[in-house]
Amino acid sequence: MGINSKRVKKAGAVAASMMVGALALSGCSVTGAGTTEGAKGDGTGTVNALFMKQAGYSEDDVAKMIAEFEAQNPEITVEPTFVSYEALHDKIVTAAPAGTYDVFLTDVIWPAEFASKGVALDLTDRIPESWKDDVLGGALDTGKYQDKYYGVPLFPSTKLFYYNTELVESVGATEADLQTWDGVLDVAAKIKEQENIEFPLAWSWSQAEALICDYAQLLGSFGGEFTDADGNLAINSPEGVETLQWMMDSMESGLTNPASTTFLEDDVTKSLAQGQTAFALNWESTLRDLDDPSISKVVGKVAVMQTPAGPSGDRRGVNGSMAMSIGSQSKNQDAAWTFVEFMSSQENQEQYAASSMPNWKASYENAELTKSNPAVFKAAGQQFDDMIARPVMESYNSVSQTIQVELQNALLGKKTAQEALDDAVAAANKG
Amino acid sequence: MSTAKTGSATTETARMRPAKRRRENQGRLAFWLLLPASVAVFGVIVYPILRTLLISFFEVTSVLAVDTPFVGFANYLSALSDSGFWSAMGRTLYFTLTSTALELVLGLGLASLLSAPLKFRWLFRAVVVLPWAVPTIVSAAMWKGIFNAEYGALNAVLFQFGLIDSYHAWLGDPALALNMVILADVWKTTPLVAFFLLAGLSSIPKELYEAARLDRAGWVRIFRSIVLPLLVPSIAIVVVLRTVEAFKVFDIVYGMTRGGPANGTQTIAYYTYVTAFSDQNYGVGSALSYLIVVVILLLSAVYLRTLRRSGMSAL
Repeated sequence: MGINSKRVKKAGAVAASMMVGALALSGCSVTGAGTTEGAKGDGTGTVNALFMKQAGYSEDDVAKMIAEFEAQNPEITVEPTFVSYEALHDKIVTAAPAGTYDVFLTDVIWPAEFASKGVALDLTDRIPESWKDDVLGGALDTGKYQDKYYGVPLFPSTKLFYYNTELVESVGATEADLQTWDGVLDVAAKIKEQENIEFPLAWSWSQAEALICDYAQLLGSFGGEFTDADGNLAINSPEGVETLQWMMDSMESGLTNPASTTFLEDDVTKSLAQGQTAFALNWESTLRDLDDPSISKVVGKVAVMQTPAGPSGDRRGVNGSMAMSIGSQSKNQDAAWTFVEFMSSQENQEQYAASSMPNWKASYENAELTKSNPAVFKAAGQQFDDMIARPVMESYNSVSQTIQVELQNALLGKKTAQEALDDAVAAANKG
Repeated sequence: MSTAKTGSATTETARMRPAKRRRENQGRLAFWLLLPASVAVFGVIVYPILRTLLISFFEVTSVLAVDTPFVGFANYLSALSDSGFWSAMGRTLYFTLTSTALELVLGLGLASLLSAPLKFRWLFRAVVVLPWAVPTIVSAAMWKGIFNAEYGALNAVLFQFGLIDSYHAWLGDPALALNMVILADVWKTTPLVAFFLLAGLSSIPKELYEAARLDRAGWVRIFRSIVLPLLVPSIAIVVVLRTVEAFKVFDIVYGMTRGGPANGTQTIAYYTYVTAFSDQNYGVGSALSYLIVVVILLLSAVYLRTLRRSGMSAL
């Protein structure tokens, strides 16, 4: 190597100067962004789409939808990629500059961020006017930020209340006893006492967005809101504190499984499916898994109903809808739109009503359809009318993480409810 | 390198011109052969490092940001003044020290066993390396399953032996969860440490042991006066390597706990990841990654200095 060390040095110098040159060239933007832009494309070719692995419509279902779409649009090929929900946001963000994904799923809490940071394409002009009447109230707003639409709704979603009918009946209770959270706790105490069930309640309270969803739904039933009139986080309100205190008490009294602080929704489903949990909140798609004999020991023994009422009498569900967005850097936006339009169409969504709710008003009046999944249609239909939204903020992600940590601090007994929520509000409103 | 130089020097005096031409040809060939590798190295290592340094002086709040004002050292200051940074630093330090110490002790024991003249020694050596061969993200998922509060193997084993009277949520308490993540990391990395130390052990001449035994030295004495001093170079390498690696720990946390519960397992690398990619605060994220580099350099310097000062190191 000694012989050509000079040359190597020279090559190194060349490379170094090239690098400095590259940095200087991109000096106007240190991220290197802005040099490329998305393009509409000619409406054909490949569309790369990012989905999530989840409990509702499955990867097989998406494959079927894509096959149907490709049959109708032979000039477009769709390449799906699946990641877990927990990895979805970061995947969208890191892939954004390269325009890797023409289409991606957007959670209802992200449009503010994706719009203000230019990750998602403004679809306002492409959305037909008629959708404002035909799409379920609120569902179209899933992708909305500041009067513009950055996503097309794909199955609205909320958390419903699931209960093990066998356990409830064994202590002489009925669905009528479960209409309020206090009623649920009473029945849970009886089940804990009389049946061999150590912890009748399970929740998805791990440090993740799932915790915020459960908190939101409870907050709704305690008559609280996330933000005040100015849009600042205000969960240290009396209602917010009361909600958290209720969660802490249910753990303290041994009715809530203490392992809930390590659970995601999927763990809650498993616990229900094993018959170890009597009550849980979970997404409307859960019933299908609980009635699947290959993974469930409680087939036909789990019923679903609207979320129980809290002290305020409200029965609000958390808005957990997803939308499909198009990447701002996509080079094939027209073809992507064709695919997105197909996915959100009434015709496509109604075929999968067994696992996911359609977002078209007309679907709920189609008697044949609602008969196919009556319990979920009934409970979800009631709940879609009044949903509690998580705060709309550009920096939602970091605010949510702050709230997650503080809620857990209280649930794990490190802080009182008031302290934890005061700290969360102070940290969130500082930045 | 030096032999190559003297070698070419001799040929040079013998037949200067053709040799020079050949040398140039060789050099050119070497240059082209090295080019792909250097492009890769500059492209995926050097360039991103410099780019990250550059970004750390700007306010970059979006992956697609075009408007990025220069803020000097403000990102570093905001990182350093954040309490989240210091608690993540504290946890990382605890993780690094505990896991490295455990791996060293267990690795030394394992290395001694593997160097013992046993039957099927080759088999043991092959089996022991397995945990290291498992990708971290896979072992993280595996340990997450083992520690699961509902159906985890650890609960079942301890319960059936009567060591616990109810199932525990091993990853449910912040401090406990951190220790459990350390345990998983120790399981995975001890084989690597053991193999480094095994190499060191095999290089100790057998005569030294024989001489010590003739002098009626006990095994404690042999260990203290022969094994340990001669093993110091290997230990030094292992300690530096493991410290650097442990300080950057990310994937096992991502796979097992995602930083929870209540941020109890959020290490500094995970904190940096969240800041940069989840919160889209790339300026501060870049500054954080340079702060990590500084801390690792400091730690390594302190280690190497201490070992050198002890006069036993070959480094």
